[in-house]
Amino acid sequence: MTDVLTPVLSANWADERPWKITNYEHRGGYSALRKALVQAPSQVMDVVKESGLRGRGGAGFPTGMKWSFVPQANPNPKYLVVNADESEPGTCKDMPLMLASPHTLVEGVIISSYAIGCKYAFIYCRGEVLHVIRRLQQAVREAYSSGYLGRNILGSGFDLDVVVHAGAGAYICGEETALLDSLEGRRGQPRLRPPFPAVAGLYACPTVINNVESIASVPAIIEHGARWFSSMGTEKSKGMTIYSLSGHVQRPGQFEAPLGITLRQLLELSGGMREGHQLKFWTPGGSSTPILTADHLDVPLDYEGMAAAGTMLGTKALQCFDETTSVVRTTLRWVEFYKHESCGKCTPCREGNWWLVQLLTAFEQGKAVPGDIEKLLDICDDIGGRSFCALADGAVACVTSAVRHFRSEFEAGMKTPAWELFPYQASALFGARQEVHA
Amino acid sequence: MTLTANTAQVVVSDLITVTIDGIDVQVPKGTLAIRAAEMIGVAIPRFCDHPLLEPMGACRQCLVEVPDMGNGRGMPKPQASCTLECAPGMKIATQVTSPVAEKAQRGMIEFLLINHPLDCPICDKGGECPLQNQAMSSGRGESRYEGVKRTFPKPVSISAQILLDRERCVLCARCTRFSEQISGDPFIALVERGALQQVGFYEDQPYDSYFSGNVVQICPVGALTSAAYRFQSRPFDLVSTPTTCEHCAAGCQLRSDHRHYQVKRRLAGDAPEVNEEWNCDRGRFAFVSGRGEDRLRYPLIREDGVLRPASWPEAIDAAVAGLSRLGDKVGVLTGGRLTLEDSYGYAKFARTVLGTNNIDFRARPHTAEEADFLATRVAGRTLGEGVSYAALEEATQVVLVGLEPEEESPIVFLRLRKATRKNRTHVVTLAPFASNGTVKLGASLVQTAPGEEAAALDNLTADANTVILLGERAGWLPGVLTAAAALADRSGAALAWVPRRAGDRGAVEAGCLPGLLPGGRPVADATARVDLQAAWGVHALPATAGLDADKMLAASGNLGLIVAGVEASDFTSSAAALAALERTPFLISIEQRHSEVTERADVVFPVALMEERAGTFLNWEHRRGRVNTVVKHSTSPMTDLRVLAALADALGRPLGIRTAKSALAEFDELGAWETSAPVATPSITPVAVAEADGLLLATWRELIDGSRSNDGETALQATAKAVFARVSPNTAADLEVETGDPISVQSDSGWLILSVYVTNNMADGVVWVPTNAPGTPLSNLGVTAGDLVLVSKGGAA
Repeated sequence: MTDVLTPVLSANWADERPWKITNYEHRGGYSALRKALVQAPSQVMDVVKESGLRGRGGAGFPTGMKWSFVPQANPNPKYLVVNADESEPGTCKDMPLMLASPHTLVEGVIISSYAIGCKYAFIYCRGEVLHVIRRLQQAVREAYSSGYLGRNILGSGFDLDVVVHAGAGAYICGEETALLDSLEGRRGQPRLRPPFPAVAGLYACPTVINNVESIASVPAIIEHGARWFSSMGTEKSKGMTIYSLSGHVQRPGQFEAPLGITLRQLLELSGGMREGHQLKFWTPGGSSTPILTADHLDVPLDYEGMAAAGTMLGTKALQCFDETTSVVRTTLRWVEFYKHESCGKCTPCREGNWWLVQLLTAFEQGKAVPGDIEKLLDICDDIGGRSFCALADGAVACVTSAVRHFRSEFEAGMKTPAWELFPYQASALFGARQEVHA
Repeated sequence: MTLTANTAQVVVSDLITVTIDGIDVQVPKGTLAIRAAEMIGVAIPRFCDHPLLEPMGACRQCLVEVPDMGNGRGMPKPQASCTLECAPGMKIATQVTSPVAEKAQRGMIEFLLINHPLDCPICDKGGECPLQNQAMSSGRGESRYEGVKRTFPKPVSISAQILLDRERCVLCARCTRFSEQISGDPFIALVERGALQQVGFYEDQPYDSYFSGNVVQICPVGALTSAAYRFQSRPFDLVSTPTTCEHCAAGCQLRSDHRHYQVKRRLAGDAPEVNEEWNCDRGRFAFVSGRGEDRLRYPLIREDGVLRPASWPEAIDAAVAGLSRLGDKVGVLTGGRLTLEDSYGYAKFARTVLGTNNIDFRARPHTAEEADFLATRVAGRTLGEGVSYAALEEATQVVLVGLEPEEESPIVFLRLRKATRKNRTHVVTLAPFASNGTVKLGASLVQTAPGEEAAALDNLTADANTVILLGERAGWLPGVLTAAAALADRSGAALAWVPRRAGDRGAVEAGCLPGLLPGGRPVADATARVDLQAAWGVHALPATAGLDADKMLAASGNLGLIVAGVEASDFTSSAAALAALERTPFLISIEQRHSEVTERADVVFPVALMEERAGTFLNWEHRRGRVNTVVKHSTSPMTDLRVLAALADALGRPLGIRTAKSALAEFDELGAWETSAPVATPSITPVAVAEADGLLLATWRELIDGSRSNDGETALQATAKAVFARVSPNTAADLEVETGDPISVQSDSGWLILSVYVTNNMADGVVWVPTNAPGTPLSNLGVTAGDLVLVSKGGAA
């Protein structure tokens, strides 16, 4: 099975204290930076473009193309902002990366900033993960003292300052324009577009916002070349990426593999579902991507494959649920999250999720009435595609896909509480034993 | 919910064509789809959209389909038409032709209603509520929502005047955008998230804004209400009348709503050229001062030293007897409440009936220099010849001299703020310190102690794109108006006089000045007098300039006085003014309410309140604002003009006018005096301030202060700024005081004890005191800006 995995970003995670700069350098860290700094910024940008790297934050927009949208003639400063506000339910790839090897990100930030002409970069990190923030801050400090940051980096004449900014814990701040508002010290709510951040982003200056994993992939691309990177993956989804498996699997965790791997392969790597149980449904990229079932075990986990299956690759957060799990209950938990995290700016997300929670609660309690499934779907129809930002689309995706694949469970919610159909202790992973024996 | 006409001159080549519901419409580039749809008569429902606020796209009520962006491709999702700019060739399908848009809008209304209380029957907004109306037009008949509604404790006071019922709020952010973008008082903001998002405020700093009432008016639901109007009336029981505000010279158009012979509320009218759709809190809420016990209801005459009620004929006889004794030894003092027609009546009455030029509207500090300035630079200049609101927006630089617009002309302030935000107009202000309004305009402060303004103007650079705005206080200190005029002449800058009171501009045109006849005709000009004699059909007009207000008071020992609309505290020294009124051999007071003037009068004539009569105010631009009769009584009330006409008739020298309509017609027929007045400005050397102990006094009136026209509106009065005396840090150190310490401000006539506020970046050796703070009017001291006062630590503040 080892040939399936392609550890690049995660290659040093098992090293001794991989977050220390000396250990990172010992493995060849910061050599990509030296390579980049002797090239013209446009050459660096071209390599990233050629590599076919697509944004790893969920939407999959080509990274190099995003960079090229920055108007170089604009006299204002250009900013690079790294979106490290990883908050999507089920997603746990950026945090382990920054915890284990923060220098991979820092090196990526320096190279990317060089490519787009940025002299001031920000890493906006989710506020709850203090240990990760400390690692990042320490890494940035080390990079300064080693001359990788600051004035005249490695004698190249390139200057760069990096600020690690701690968010205050809001899902919406993962939305890039809300993140910018938050970074500017305002309340995080999405901004009206146009103008797009590439033209008027942070402090109304040209701004590139990239996911942690996208930026962390840049050093390897520079080090090994675009061709090396694009040799991995599928036709339109190039390179390696981190898949995070969680739920009822034997060995949950991060698996770095080329795009296009299937869940069946990943499950084999993780030892399969927990003993005696079968896969019932799963999310390909967090709760905002429509769920799939055991029928989709062999669909390639790349942008195109997931789109063809009616869902999205998203953050590659594969939450796997076995047959003991109530779809109704799971959906309710997810929508409760969206209700709690809706920023409140626009009506459909704010009011719609408030309503969905109440309707789904009725299904969970077995108190739904005939017509409620239609009502549920109709409300989802009035939310999806109607909201200010894309988060509400994600909120209804889990509901509509759950009804699509498991309508009978919703029909049962008109008669029987979910806890009778699917006793909750059976699906519990932690703390269940005490309850059973209590 | 109003559509503003695009007032900009549109070049045809700038027009683009879009197709809405199959109908082609040409719109200027940059037009939002929601407005383009209005042009073909399609009203797309909306909540957060407001034409004067920046687009937000939050409520999502105005979703439309865009099958073609103009490039052959459609947009995959419905778009908010309030944020969608029209592009050439764009095709838009609204709820009229698109089932998708129609369903989206229906869904949005349903969402807005699930958490909205069904309290329309007790909600002030019920009957004029955009949510109610659009629920009827775009909503479903019956609710599908069976869940729990979000509730909040209610209401929350966000200021003494403004109340918030959070559960009614649809979170459109109109109020927060208004306060941030328009008035610049961002003390309210949306806080929390999800369905618990709400309008929040900082408890330590309540929503103190002079413009807070506007948020009530633009709230599309009943979430924001005013203490003044809450539960007062149902909209459908009100009768609305357009009128003009009487509180300052901004000339705001208002909508005055009344019921049961009583004005219940006033709203900002829709006047794009003047107040756009805004007004200030004083103009909105201060309209009940005439309802108190002190309202004059019948004439009074003095008998055996005591005023007693009298019939109208009796009072007129008494007045005529007094006036006949005095001949032309009479003076007329008029005040700021008078309309153009009233002022014209007094001006004509003084000349043709009394035979004197002793008339002056300047019941406040004034100088001969100011009279000359008004005669040569202001009188006779019509709208279009001078500066307008639009010109303020277009100017690259605006210089404020003796003018704190937020306090003294709030709509000028709002327009300047718009200019600074949209066109980066640079505002320069000559003042002793940067006021709150100055900060909100981002204005450059030219720090001037009173008396230094003229020198500062001499050093200022200006060009043809500069506008110099002169407040009434610019005329108080010698040399300032002259220096401003010289700067304008030197640089080609435009000059405008922005008086504080609503009637002032009209009074200048009407000839309520000792050297100026109606239409800017100089008394000294024989041809102007002959012209007027012919028009008025009189043999002669007094040929010598009359006494100004101060001189009339000084000479009152053998001068009868007719006083209308004047309070003793309007003058520098109320004590001196009252003493003068006591000295006068005969005093006629024409007034709405009992006052210190009526108490001393020999004959008192009661006249109608503003809402009971018609007329015209000329605002600072010389724009006419129609004052309409709001409350119509079965008998027409006595007005200033009818009193004057009755007196004139009884004196045997008929005035020829007795209604506002006839007065205006006659005034218009006179026209302005066309012979250009000499522009030569007198050269005046500013008086050197004597080296003496004490601090130089600086002062202005705050918008919500002790003025009697604010009486009765307690919630409004409670929003007044805290009263402070301001000194610079150096001066505070000399006085050994800190912020909050009591200080006494003393003159020969008395003292005030005030709390001190140490103000950074303020001129040293200066103390600033509000002119007319409730309970501590500066007129008690008999001093004004530029005078020296003794300031010392202590007192029982």
